[in-house]
Formats: sequence, structure tokens, C-alpha cells
Amino acid sequence: MLSNAFLIAIKEIRKNILRSILTILGIVIGVASVIGMVMIGDGTTANVQQGIQKLGTNMLTLRVGQERRGRAKSSNSARPFENADIATIKSEISNVSAVAAENSSNINVIYSNKSYTSSVVGTSNDYFIIKNWNLSSGRIFDESELNYGTASCIVGSTIVKQLFEGEDPVGLKLRLKNFSCNVIGVLESKGAAAFGRDQDEIIITPLQMFQRKIQGNKDISSIIISINESKNIKQAKKDITLLMQERRDIKPDEDDNFHIRDMEDLLSTMTSTTKMLTYLLGSVAAISLLVGGIGIMNIMLVSVTERTKEIGIRLAIGALESEVLLQFLVEAIVLSTLGGIIGILLGLVIGNIGVSVMGLPLIINTQIIITAFIFSTFIGVIFGYFPARKAAQMNPIDALRYE
Amino acid sequence: MSNKKVIIEFKNVAKSYGKGEAKTHALNGVSFDIKQGEFVSIMGASGSGKSTTMNMIGCLDTPSSGEYVFDSINVEKLNRNQRAIIRRNYLGFVFQGFNLLGRTSALENVELPLIYRKVPLQKRKSMALEALKKVGLESVVHHTPAELSGGQQQRVAIARAIVTNPLVLLADEPTGNLDSIKSLEIMNLLKKLNEEFGITIIMVTHEEEMAQYSSRIIYFRDGHIEDSLKKGFK
Repeated sequence: MLSNAFLIAIKEIRKNILRSILTILGIVIGVASVIGMVMIGDGTTANVQQGIQKLGTNMLTLRVGQERRGRAKSSNSARPFENADIATIKSEISNVSAVAAENSSNINVIYSNKSYTSSVVGTSNDYFIIKNWNLSSGRIFDESELNYGTASCIVGSTIVKQLFEGEDPVGLKLRLKNFSCNVIGVLESKGAAAFGRDQDEIIITPLQMFQRKIQGNKDISSIIISINESKNIKQAKKDITLLMQERRDIKPDEDDNFHIRDMEDLLSTMTSTTKMLTYLLGSVAAISLLVGGIGIMNIMLVSVTERTKEIGIRLAIGALESEVLLQFLVEAIVLSTLGGIIGILLGLVIGNIGVSVMGLPLIINTQIIITAFIFSTFIGVIFGYFPARKAAQMNPIDALRYE
Repeated sequence: MSNKKVIIEFKNVAKSYGKGEAKTHALNGVSFDIKQGEFVSIMGASGSGKSTTMNMIGCLDTPSSGEYVFDSINVEKLNRNQRAIIRRNYLGFVFQGFNLLGRTSALENVELPLIYRKVPLQKRKSMALEALKKVGLESVVHHTPAELSGGQQQRVAIARAIVTNPLVLLADEPTGNLDSIKSLEIMNLLKKLNEEFGITIIMVTHEEEMAQYSSRIIYFRDGHIEDSLKKGFK
């Protein structure tokens, strides 16, 4: 009986190909837009997360001055950190894997007849660990370079591109301000960060040299700290705060003149924003799925006159009510499933094109695919089946006369 | 003809619609019987009860009281599905409005009752072709109703009705939508089916000219039988 109903259903679908296409069009568009939109939203979220992770994982940033939202109060008045602070943090705080100063300044750098303004950082070898930098050629600083403040530097890929025309610059000399600096290494490219800042536009120098030749004093304005595991971050943050309060003689009734930020805060803020974006895109698409459902309902109701007559004919020549119903149920399921499958494929194609155009990572959310598919099939079956059920319960004579 | 088996027997059948004040009596205790091989016309004005009788013979409707015996089965005791099975196995229908499935070839329309009888594909095709040959449509088997004339559509409907070799063919105003030439063609076809293949035919009509093709005419008036004429073929 089932194979018979299946046979009749397939016949009816093929015979009424226009009606069938119109019916599944709503499902196709609905499912495709939900899947496509969510893929773009998920891709954006993943992109932001990856961008933040590239900035350095499990990283704490210790800065002079109070943390302020909006316009920052001049933090220059606060006492800077000292070289000894870095050593103390490393020795006294547990779960710390690396600590480095991060003094930076934007400086015009020159090679041959080209000049370019880049961020120059004074730090130590721990900086590479904390910020997840790898070298594509050359080496990191050696002990003597760090201790004596030799004019050595390690450059980012943007600098290689802008000043050295893509050639390996190791062994060449770069001019910073009024002195020249040996290029000893090149960093691997990281690409743009989540905020659109080019992370590869960087020149890393030993802290000693930076303080002496660029800064002109021994101050440290910012320290970055890497914690071994993310679960220890909160405790480390507390420990460092206590340590620094003690070292900077801050009384219990005084405000701190430094602050610590962790990447988790940033990550959760950014991901909640992009998740909102996903929800927004998803709900717009869900509306189109609903509109698609209403489209199915319309087609089914419009064709019910024609179909009621068909049901009357089938009943009059001896079809059982259950046979007619099964036929309509199979038709509805076949059409909706077909629409759902085409919708999924189309959605994946749209999402794929979308994320590749926008340069986002490809994330396939199976849960959304399944949900959209089940929802659309459900709508198709409900709106295909119930009008048919009403017709099949009619007296065949009335169904035949139905206009 | 008198020694033929009675296949349809109405015993004091009444039918009323509605309830209380609005209750209308479509049939008031009608009794008659029809023997195998007869060609019976049922005539009467609209509202005389002829269509109600026809629907009841066709197991599409049930009596309010009385008995309807079809081939020794008491139809008034059957449920909806059992009546569908009677229709499927013993009856063929021809309607005024043809009632063919649209966008479906003549052959597939004729195959339809066989599908519900679970006749295998190959047998189904050959039976349908044979039925179409009987009504003279072997040249247009793949045409859809839209590509056929009214007379041809009614022939397809007749082929669909006889493809199962039914005991009884029920025709409800079969010429109602056709011009006079096509009407005569259809009546000649029905007469041929009755004479050559011995199919019992019951036809509702309001045209005396068409009724003349039958072997007997039953006249209905106000829910009862007014007259019953036995006559020779025209």
C-alpha cells in the first residue's frame, strides 16, 4: 500500500511540475537563507575569536594609570614600571610562563630611499612567547644583545614588503631615527587583527636599546604577562594586583595607579557582539522561512479546489480514504524533503560564497541545518496534509461537485 | 431476460436530509429491482429523487431506512470503506462533467481504478488499452483531457468505468455536457457495451431521446416511482 501511494504521489508531483516547484520554492528559499545567514554570522564570530587569539592567548596586560572608559585621564602622571617589576612578577607569581615589557612608539624607518612609519617595540625574548610570534627567517635576540642593548631588530612581514620589496632583509641595516639597526630576523605573518589593525607592521628591538636610543629614559609603560593555563588567569590577576600595590606603596584607601586587563574580557565582549549579529541574521532568515511556509500554505489552499475534485474522483472509483490520505502525505513529505535538501545545498553554496568573499572562516552549523530542515518539512507536511485530510473526509459526491 | 439474476434490489428505501423543521424527504419508500444485463434509464424532474437513487445505487450514499441489496450484499449495513470496496470491485461511474484527472493521459486515467485494485503494471497497461479500444480511442491514448474533445473525454471516462469489468455501469447524465451529435455517439457506445459485452447499465437522464436507448425507463416524481416502462430498443 505504501509503495502504491508512493507511486501515485510521484506521478502527481511530476504531472503538476509547476505547482510542485512553487510549493517547494518557499521551503528552498527559507532553508537556504537561514543556513547561508547563520554561516556568515558564525564565520564572523570565529574570525573575531581567532583574531583575538592571535593577539596572544592567556595574556594579561599591565598598564600604568587607571583604566578608564571613554576619554582617558592623563596616565602619564602615574609612576612608570621599572625593570625590576618584570623580574619580580616572574619570580613571585605562580603560573606565570613569560613576562615582557612592551614599550612602543611609532617611528619613521628608512631603508635605501624608502621610508615607512611603523610601530617599534622595545621588549625581550619573552615577547615572542606571549604574542605567539614565530620567525620565518633569522633568529631571536641573544643574551648579549639584550644585556647591552645592541641595535638589532626583528621585523614584521609588512615592513619586509614595504621597505625591502619582499626580499629577505636579514643582515641588512635599517635606519631608525638617527641610528642604524641590524635586521636579525623576520616574523611570520599574522594578518589583520579583529579591529582591522595590521599586526605585521611591527619592528621588535631589545628593551635596553629602545630605552636608551628611542625613549631616552628607563621607564616601562606596559608589561605583558602570559599565564600557563586560562583557568589560572583570574588568580594570577589578583596576585599581580596585590604585588604591584605593595611595590608601588598603594595604601588600602587609595586607588590603584595601574590596571590589568585580560584577553578573556575582550574576547567575551567581542564574541557577544558577533553572536548578536548571528542571531540578527538568523532571525531575519527565520522570517523568510516563515514567509516560505505561508507560501506553501497558499499554494496548497489554492490547489485545494482542483485537488478536492481529484480526491472525489479517486474516492468514487473506489480508493479508500486512507489510500488517498497516504498519497497526499507522501506527496507532502517528498516535496518538503526535496525542498529542504535543495535548500540546504543552496544555503551551503550561498554561505560558502559569502564567507569566501568576506574572507571569513567556513563554519558549518549542523544544528541549524537540521533545525531549518525539520521546520520546513514540518510546515510542508502540515499544510499539504490537513487540507487533503479535510477533503478526503468529504462525501465523494460533494467532493466531485466542489467548485 | 426475466430469468436473469437480480443484482440490484431496493426495498422500501427512504432518504431524508436535515433535521426537524428543515427535514426534507428525497425518497419516500421506493422499491424496484434491476436484473443483470438490463439497460435502465431513470428519469424525472430535478428534485424528484433520481439523483439520490443513483448515488445510493453507486454506494456513495446510504438509505435512511429500507434495504438496498447489491448482488446479495446488504449495502445499508456497510461502512464507508466497505462501500468503497464495492465501488472498486463491482461498479463503474460515468459523470456528466467527465471528471477525468487533468494533465493525465487518457491511458493513465483509465489505469487509475486498476491501481487501486493493485493490478500489476504490465497487466494494467494492456487492460487499459483494451478498454480504450472498446470505446474507439486507441489513437489518442497519450492525449491529456485538455487535448481531447468533450465526446472523447466522455469516452475516456467510459473506458475508465469499464476497464475493471464491472457488474454495473452507472451513468449520471452522461450526455448532459455534449452536443446532440456527440450525445448520440455516446448513447450508441453505451448500447453497444450493453449488448455486446452484457454490461448492466443504469443511466440518469432528463432527455427522453436518450432514454429511448434503454430497455426500461423508471420515472421518478416527488420521491417516489411514478411509472416504470419496459420497452424494446429504439
